Amino acid sequence: MNVMTKPYKRKLDVRNGLVDLSHGAGGRAMGLLIESIFHKAFDNEWLRAGNDQSAFGVEAGRMVMTTDGYVVSPLFFPGGNIGTLAVHGTINDIAMAGARPLYLSASFIIEEGFPLADLDRIAQSMGEASREAGVPIITGDTKVVERGKADGVFISTAGVGVMPTGLDLRSDAARPGDAVIVSGSIGDHGVAVMSKRENLEFDTDILSDSAALHELVAAMVAAGGNHIRLMRDPTRGGIAATLNEIASQSGVGFRIDEEAIPLKPEVAAACEFLGLDPLNVANEGKLVAIVAPEGVDAILATMRAHPLGGDAALIGHAVEDANGFVQMTTSFGGGRIVDWLSGEQLPRIC
Amino acid sequence: MKYIDEYRDGRVAKDIARQITAAADPARSYHFMEFCGGHTHAISRYGLEDLLPANVRMIHGPGCPVCVLPIGRIDAAIALAMRPEITLCTYGDLMRVPGSNGSSLLKAKAAGADIRMVYSTLDALKIAEAEPEREVVFFAIGFETTTPPTALALRFAIQKDLKNFSIFCNHVLTPAAIQNILESPDVRKLGTVKIDGFIGPAHVSTVIGTEPYEFFAEEFQKPVVVAGFEPLDVIQAILMLVHQVNDGRHEVENQYIRAVTTFGNEKAQAEVANFFELRESFEWRGLGEVPYGALRLRPEFADYDAEKRFAMVTPASKDNPACDCGAILRGVKKPADCKLFGTVCTPDNPMGSCMVSSEGACAAHWTYGRFREYARTGEQARTVEAGKAVA
Repeated sequence: MNVMTKPYKRKLDVRNGLVDLSHGAGGRAMGLLIESIFHKAFDNEWLRAGNDQSAFGVEAGRMVMTTDGYVVSPLFFPGGNIGTLAVHGTINDIAMAGARPLYLSASFIIEEGFPLADLDRIAQSMGEASREAGVPIITGDTKVVERGKADGVFISTAGVGVMPTGLDLRSDAARPGDAVIVSGSIGDHGVAVMSKRENLEFDTDILSDSAALHELVAAMVAAGGNHIRLMRDPTRGGIAATLNEIASQSGVGFRIDEEAIPLKPEVAAACEFLGLDPLNVANEGKLVAIVAPEGVDAILATMRAHPLGGDAALIGHAVEDANGFVQMTTSFGGGRIVDWLSGEQLPRIC
Repeated sequence: MKYIDEYRDGRVAKDIARQITAAADPARSYHFMEFCGGHTHAISRYGLEDLLPANVRMIHGPGCPVCVLPIGRIDAAIALAMRPEITLCTYGDLMRVPGSNGSSLLKAKAAGADIRMVYSTLDALKIAEAEPEREVVFFAIGFETTTPPTALALRFAIQKDLKNFSIFCNHVLTPAAIQNILESPDVRKLGTVKIDGFIGPAHVSTVIGTEPYEFFAEEFQKPVVVAGFEPLDVIQAILMLVHQVNDGRHEVENQYIRAVTTFGNEKAQAEVANFFELRESFEWRGLGEVPYGALRLRPEFADYDAEKRFAMVTPASKDNPACDCGAILRGVKKPADCKLFGTVCTPDNPMGSCMVSSEGACAAHWTYGRFREYARTGEQARTVEAGKAVA
């Protein structure tokens, strides 16, 4: 009898295989999936330790933490996929506090029948995005649900980071006279995703702007952190939602100038025929900064010198307004309100 | 953007605005109704009113198909969609239109009805082809512009011998509605609405031409300018109307010569006539029963007529008694005159249909123009919008 032979371990068929319920059942199949796809893609010392959690040292001072869920449809779009979005989006939520992101977690809810090749592609690009950003994914979780109970894959993340000493960005900090700066052209992500939607497909060269903004933020903080009142990444609802949110939290109004807002002609054209207002369309690699007047020049110059802020622009100012209106001078010469979006303009954009 | 920027040029707009100010007689006022919601939207979105002199005012008309759809038709569609065999295909802007008792297609969908948003009639056809076991109904609404695509969908359905496709027809007609407004007691006897002329919708006229307006321009002695939907189109049409009023003319003029002709698209008209016939009467929200103001499928296409195929009944419409949509659609009141405007009725929680569609007078005013009210009265916002978390 061949008692001591090591049992043959079948490799995961990443090329042609499909996720089945056993991949989430806690048995060997799940271990194989995690090892062959996630550990391989995210590889780092914490995952190699093989624990259900990861331990790391903490610095003195304040930490920030965020959590986020990703359900974008379609999963792959020009310029990114659900995985890059999850990494960039979580990093950006940390970075908007002015903080330095340290670690991420990622949890996957996968629909039975989902191609392993697609899962692998998503994991690979998450690994790349996190390495590029220098923010490792150090813990995670995998669940598989029956066919029809999810849409391919949903990703849920968490992120932690540390605040630079002395920096305290607050949502109620905008004051009349403050400048509104946007880091680049708006609406790219929403339009890129729309262009691949079923029944709506159109040819375009527009890529999602999905990007991690923490290095741009670090440069801005170094150039004049004491002048930055607050920052936001204008994702769902676009810069219209972001400015209205800040207006209501800070008790100010905003006056912006349509002509000053950076907008790519292709994005403008797509919004035109889809009947969308680019101000409502999602961004995944842009930030809006509210900056005290004395810091504007230095911060704007720093942003423009950074690859992710080359088109940064001053688009308007905070004003005193008990109604908290965001008003815009249109390029036509009239005035109008820039309001929250009502209902859903583009469902499942991130 | 080529072919768009030319029609949104602020410098040209200022020049035309100066011409309007110069031409407008300071001793009188000018009230023009833009019939179509598309114009209402353009006027609000580009802040066009800021460019006009105080004695030239725009009245927002009923040309928004979502807004004029009576509650009873929404209720009928919801009742149909709740049937297990039915897949109801609709354009997205109908989803949130309030029916009776706070119902809507969106809520019916959440409650399990198979309601799908489509971007074109052809998407609905595709669903019918792909799912032969479902009864696929297309919720057809709109003016003359959207009727030819519905006719084409019917043609394709017949060609493909699709037995599971039908139309819930709510197509309505522009000239009949304008005539109804001019004949209404508000305009004729009471004089509560002063209308000196109309801006006609260019997209409708690409199909029907300008000719159908000749009758009432003559009969009611009101000038009509058929205009495009870019802001320069609209402001130029206003200048043309001011000139007509000053000259005592009441002609049908065509501002949108880049696409509109006198007789329109006769092929499209023939296709519509092939499948549709006039309804003797049809309820419009705000206007009431409008004679010959809507279309239905011809009797020979009864199999494709959802109303007949599923013996649909349209319950009587009961609007919220405090809702002024009716008066607003007739131009008797302005959105801000309504007690509900901005209090319980906002685009997030619409009571009346004018607040639902972005082309509705109330939604356009709320979304783009309400700061003017507050600027005038110094009043604070009547609602405080809670900060919504957008992560």
